[in-house]
Order: sequence, then structure tokens, then C-alpha cells
Amino acid sequence: METLIEFFSLQDPNIRYVLAGTILLGVSAGALGCFAILRRRALVGDAVAHAILPGVCLAFIFAGGKDPFMLILGAFFFGLLSMVTMDFISRNSRIAPDASIGMVLSVFFGLGVVLLTFIQTTGYVDQSGLDDFLFGQAAAMVGDDVLVFGGLSALILIVTIIVFKELKLVSFDPSFAQSIGYPVKRMEFLLALLMVLVITAGIQAVGVVLMASMLIIPAAAARYWTDSLRVMLLIAAGVGALSGVTGSFISYTAPAMPTGPWMVVSAAFVFFLSFLLAPGRGEIARYFQKRKLSRRVACENILKTLYSMEEEDGKTDRVRPGKELRKRRHLTRSMMKKVLSSLLRRKLITYYGGTPDGYLLTSAGRKEAKRLVRVHRLWEQYLSQHLQIAEDHVHEDAESMEHLITSEIEAQLRDSLGSPELDPHKSRIPYETDESDPPGGAAEDHSKKGKRKGGAS
Amino acid sequence: MNNDTAQKSKKTTFMNTSDRTSTPPIEVHDLTVAYDQKPVLWDIDFELPDGSLTAIVGPNGAGKSTLIKAAMGLIPASSGYTLIYGKPLDKQRQLVAYVPQRESVDWNFPISVMDVVLMGRYPHLRLFQRPRRADREIAMSVLAEMGMDAYHSRQISQLSGGQQQRVFLARALAQDASIYLLDEPLAGVDAATEEVIFNKMKELRDVNRTVVVVHHDLQSVPGNFDRAMLLNLRMIACGPVEEAFTDENLQKTYGGRLNILSQMVEESRHQRFVRESDN
Repeated sequence: METLIEFFSLQDPNIRYVLAGTILLGVSAGALGCFAILRRRALVGDAVAHAILPGVCLAFIFAGGKDPFMLILGAFFFGLLSMVTMDFISRNSRIAPDASIGMVLSVFFGLGVVLLTFIQTTGYVDQSGLDDFLFGQAAAMVGDDVLVFGGLSALILIVTIIVFKELKLVSFDPSFAQSIGYPVKRMEFLLALLMVLVITAGIQAVGVVLMASMLIIPAAAARYWTDSLRVMLLIAAGVGALSGVTGSFISYTAPAMPTGPWMVVSAAFVFFLSFLLAPGRGEIARYFQKRKLSRRVACENILKTLYSMEEEDGKTDRVRPGKELRKRRHLTRSMMKKVLSSLLRRKLITYYGGTPDGYLLTSAGRKEAKRLVRVHRLWEQYLSQHLQIAEDHVHEDAESMEHLITSEIEAQLRDSLGSPELDPHKSRIPYETDESDPPGGAAEDHSKKGKRKGGAS
Repeated sequence: MNNDTAQKSKKTTFMNTSDRTSTPPIEVHDLTVAYDQKPVLWDIDFELPDGSLTAIVGPNGAGKSTLIKAAMGLIPASSGYTLIYGKPLDKQRQLVAYVPQRESVDWNFPISVMDVVLMGRYPHLRLFQRPRRADREIAMSVLAEMGMDAYHSRQISQLSGGQQQRVFLARALAQDASIYLLDEPLAGVDAATEEVIFNKMKELRDVNRTVVVVHHDLQSVPGNFDRAMLLNLRMIACGPVEEAFTDENLQKTYGGRLNILSQMVEESRHQRFVRESDN
């Protein structure tokens, strides 16, 4: 707790610098990462991040120790080289992109590890801090580092904001962009350049092994919360900043602990929350949507079944035993209970407690049942008339469509069919104006009834 | 700007439609396209007049989409070039609106209908310039023309196929171009959308725009289009519907394939017959 207060009181100027640096990094990586994942280039980012290691090592060798400018130069050069290599391979060979990405990632990283071992064993150069570039060490950043890496992040962020409109277009519809004469190739190159730069900016704080996740995870989390690219960028930037803060904090309180993994863990935590809780898209919301839909379908099917029983014997005042309903619809006992109580609550059916006991449609229930049977039969008629589908094939499809057909679509169906009287099975289509209850649907053809499975069709 | 002079030149051509020497809005010369050495389009030549509505038809794999993509310079051509009002395409891109196939983009992309249509205004904006209020107004009015104004704030994944196509067409309208190249705008759309799109295409033709449509439904060519381009790796015919869209030309365009197809049908019938008689 004490360390927490000490850290966030920002008394120590170095904490302020490092915090500013990692927040800037998180913000720019998060924002740029949105374009990376939307253009399905996330893995390329991972390959570039790993491929930067030999550049870092060479920078150590040439500078004889740690020098931020040399580091950026080396990292940038190798990042770009790896990107060009991947592009070259997929352009000029039959090797699929995923294979070329994997190849470049491992070959460059392997080379980096060789150089790293070489430096460590020969002891020519001052190797202090070299290990930090694998998994990151935010706290190891000092004055110059922060200025250089933070400045780079800020620059990337500013460029991203300026070219936002163009990046949006090129990411969404490159061939349209090309058709209006946009310099698509150059924009794509700029995007690649920004990606290499942001990865370069992250090597000290996050490290080469995990840097790609700072591009990917905040953006992936942000996608759950919004349908607007602008908002997605803002949220991803926020998640990135949060991970930056966590990473720096851990770095200070547990100096032996690498920062990168902690940044990733905190970003992943936000992703996990988004995955579960996001309204509409989150798993919990989807579970409830699904359950609601299956409940509704079950309710509607029971209404239909009651209606079809009325159609069969022409009696609207005969109680229908719950057992028979359940048998016809193949529902579990508990689902049946829920469905019936929901229908009772909405006053679509009533319960008759005499002997035999059972259920009856109310007039509101019959109206709804009629609507369902109507859209079912209209849909069957539509399929067989407009799409020439054989009449014994249309029932299954209508069984699922009837729950989805809106009144708007129903009106269109009626328009295009001219409100037909009969469906392909020669059953009457019950309209609202139809006063006879039940409308004696099976009057035309009793023999076909038996073939149909469950419910009115 | 560039646009204005071209608009003027278009008006002049309009006034002299009988004048044979006037520059056509679009000319394609000697266009040949090959994928991996395998030619998919052979030496295509055509020009189209102002105020025309042309259907490009041909069997699957005939190179219809390839033709308009290559004519727009979106895919590399082995040879050939496109002139727009007599000048190279790259100087005249503002005059051409291209509508890609609906499937060519990711409809889960996080942008709204309005955002997509505003992209049609980008040719009228400088690089890095944000859309102005006037651009938004234009976007709204073209959305209204396509009957999609109520959907302007929807995310694009919430649209039906027909609505997506209308949005794409609205984007092209927002470009306010002279030439419209549409790649399969009627593929998989509902009847209402088909009507809206047909009406809009005819309307554009009637205000002297040049409209070229990759089309898959042969039956709707006569009566809706005034020109037809029959394509099967090479140009079979190009001209007014009554001259180009003849049984003979259709036979040349589809003939071989139809034969193979009918052979396949025969073959499958035969096999089923054999299998049934085995039982």
C-alpha cells in the first residue's frame, strides 16, 4: 500500500518520466494496433517484434554499450528488413503468408539469440541492460531513453491522428481507395512503417518477445465495446495506457520482475472482462440473448401446437392436457414448465383446473398463434412459388423462419404473393380478418396432415 | 479544378452527340490481362458514349470483373490503356466512380453507413482534410436517394445484402462522377433493392452519365440496358442491345460452356439411372 501511494504520488521525477513514457507507448501501440488487427496483420506485428532482436544486439556491438539512438536505428532497420522479407517471400514464391511469417519470425529471432549469446560470452561490449530487451524493463529507462522512446511514441500517435481518415479508407476498402487515385501503396507502406516504429519504441519497456501483444490485445478488447473505429482507437489507447501504468508500477515494486509480461497480463485482464461483460457482444450478453431466443421459440411453438389442435378437431373450448403438448413438441419437463408459466403470465393461454385439466388459448393467444401459422404458411408458399422448392421440402425451413419474420417482411410476402388463401399443402392461411375460429384449415386435404411433423404447418 | 473543365467538356460532347469526332467518356484500348502467364482477357477494345447504360455479360470466369478492375488500373494489365474523355485515366479519376463487388470488403469493419458514404467525398477533399458539413449533407441526400437515410448511423454489419449494396451505390453517387463502373450490383439483392438500383442507373443515364454494369442475369438485359458487352475471355460483341445481344452472339459467348453443363446433367442422370437399376 505504501509503495502504491509512493508510486502514484509521483514524487520521484524518474517515476514521472517512466510513467509518461510507458503511457505514451501504450496509447500509440493500442491505437495503431486497431489498424493491425482490422487489416489482419497482427501476426506480422509479432514477427517484426521478434525480428528486431538482431538489430538491438548489433546496436550494442557498434555502440559498445547501450545507446538509445543506435538501438532505434538497429531495431528499425531490422524491423523493416523483416517486413520486406515477408512481403518478398509471399510475392515471389508459392509459400503461404503464414509460413513466411513464421519463417521470418524464427530465423530473425534465432539470429538475434546467437548475437546475444555472442555478446554475453565474449564480453567485448558493456552488456548491462541487454537482457532487458527480451522481456522489457520499464524501470531501467533513464532520462535519455524516456525522451527518445517516449518521443517516438508521441510522434507515431500524432501521425496516426493526422492520417486517420486515409488509414480508415485504405483498411476498409483498398480497391475503392485505389480507384479514386489514393496512393494506396504509399499509405500501406506508411502503416507498415508506423508499426515497425511503435514496436521499436516498445523494446525497452515491453521487450521484443511480447511487444506484439501491446498492438493486438488492447485493440481486440476495444472491438467488443464499439462499432465506431474512432471510439475503438480511443478505447484501445486507454487499455494500452492502463497496461503501461501497471507495467511501470510492477517494474518499480519488484525490480527483478520483467515489465513486458505484466503489461500483457493487465491488457489480457481487460480483454477477458470485455470478452465476458461487453454489452451485446460479450459472452454473458450472448448467453442471455440465446436463452431468450430459445424461450421465445419454445413459447411460440406451444401456441402453434394449441392452434393446430384446434384446427384438427375444430373445437376452441376443449382443454389440451399439458402432457400431450409436451409430447408433441418434445420439450423437457422443466422447459415446459417455464414456457407455460410465461404464456400464462402474458395471458396468452389459460389454465383449466377440472378433469381433465389442461390449457386453452385466450383470444390474444389465438391471435398470436394465427400470426405464426400465417407467416409459416406464407413462407412455405413463397418458397414453393418463387423459388420452386418442392412442397415437401418447405416445412423445415418455415419452422425456423416463422420465428424471425417481422411484420414488415410479412407484409412484403403478402404483397408478392397477393395474400393467397392456401399454402402449398393446401392448408388455409389464417388472416387477421378471418373471423372463423379455427378457420378449418385442414378442410381441403386431410390425408396430408398425418405426414407432417409436430405443430401447425 | 480538373473536375470542372472535364464537366464542361462533357457538356460539349452532350450537345454534339451526333458529332462523331467528339471524345467518348471511356475508351479502353488493347487491354490484355494475364494471371501467372495464363491470359484471362484478350485484347479488349471498346468505347462507350455519354448517356449510355451498358451491361457486361458472360459466363463465370469470363473476365467481367477483371475487365473493369483492369480498366480502372486496380490490377496490372499486360498491355492496354484506358482513356477518360480522351485523357489518361490517372488524370481523370475524379470523373469515374467504381463500385466493387459487395463481398470484396469486410462488413464487420467498425464503421457506420455514413462513414462509408462519406468515403465517396474523399476525391473532393485534400489529403488529411476532414469531411466538411457540405459533404455530410451530400452524403445524407444520396442516402435518401437510395432509400437508406434512416440507416445512416447503423453499423454496416447490421445491414442486409441489398442494403449494403445500396450503401455502396450511395457512395458512388456521393462521388458525383460522370462515369459509373459497377461490379455485380444486383447479385444477391432483394427485389426492392433491384428496383431502386435499376431506377437509379437509368436516372444516371438520363442525365447523360455513362453507366457500365457487370451483370449476371441475361433475362433482364433487354428492357433495362441499352447496350450490351458480351465477354468470354475476349470481346464477342459490344453495341446496342438489339445488335449485340443476339442469339448467335449469346451462343458464341455461352455456347461451349452450356454444352459442357448439359453434358454434365446428362451424365449425372445416367449415373443415377445406373445406380437405381442396380438396386
